[in-house]
Amino acid sequence: MHIEIVTHDFDPWQSLQHYQNRLALNGKFGATNVFVGTMRDFNEGETVQSMLLEHYSGMTEKQLGLIVAEATTQWAVMDVLIVHKVGTVFPQQPIVLVAVWTAQRGDAFDACRHIIEGLKSKAPFWKKEQLSAEKSRWVEKNSDGYAL
Amino acid sequence: MRYYPFFHRYRFKIMSIKIHYFASLKEILGHGSAEIDATGIATVSGVWHTANPHRIIPPNTLVAVNMTYTDIHAHVKDGDEVAFFPPVTGG
Repeated sequence: MHIEIVTHDFDPWQSLQHYQNRLALNGKFGATNVFVGTMRDFNEGETVQSMLLEHYSGMTEKQLGLIVAEATTQWAVMDVLIVHKVGTVFPQQPIVLVAVWTAQRGDAFDACRHIIEGLKSKAPFWKKEQLSAEKSRWVEKNSDGYAL
Repeated sequence: MRYYPFFHRYRFKIMSIKIHYFASLKEILGHGSAEIDATGIATVSGVWHTANPHRIIPPNTLVAVNMTYTDIHAHVKDGDEVAFFPPVTGG
């Protein structure tokens, strides 16, 4: 398991490949479920130019560890990778990567969903949207994850 | 025995609680951290009111003691780290 909070831009696909290459699970895993969260250029009817992501260093890693531990007790998880960006992000840039390796696809889908939903509701990160040079706002709550 | 002129300043253990504020709450209060004397403070609620005597805790504020979620009724002790922050919005 690896949890990383990064301040620099990251390529989730490169991170995924790099981590998987180092896994000692060759021939053992049958499913990899990957979630990548990317910044949109709109939210609540307004154009968003950029976003500032803040976190509570130490507690964030602790909460993510607890969320992963929950997942590993419920599903047969072989490994997990979480990478989350903090600092300034721009539209189309990745914010978060969650990857879960398992033997069977059901465990991979369910555990990955559990981890990203737990991250969104419990991990102490906050987003501040820059709408224009003069206007910004804190995101008050995460959506339920559906467009409608 | 060598005499240390500053020794008397450190004879007594300082009882303190470290406080952190994040995101919109940090902006409202104008600072992200503080340290208060822990003497006589028993709960998270007491920490807030000692640090912010003229301000009620905003609705929906989340609380953590030593990086574990709790509530304003939780007990605190010397050396604890208490954090107050709005609902989280990561991912």
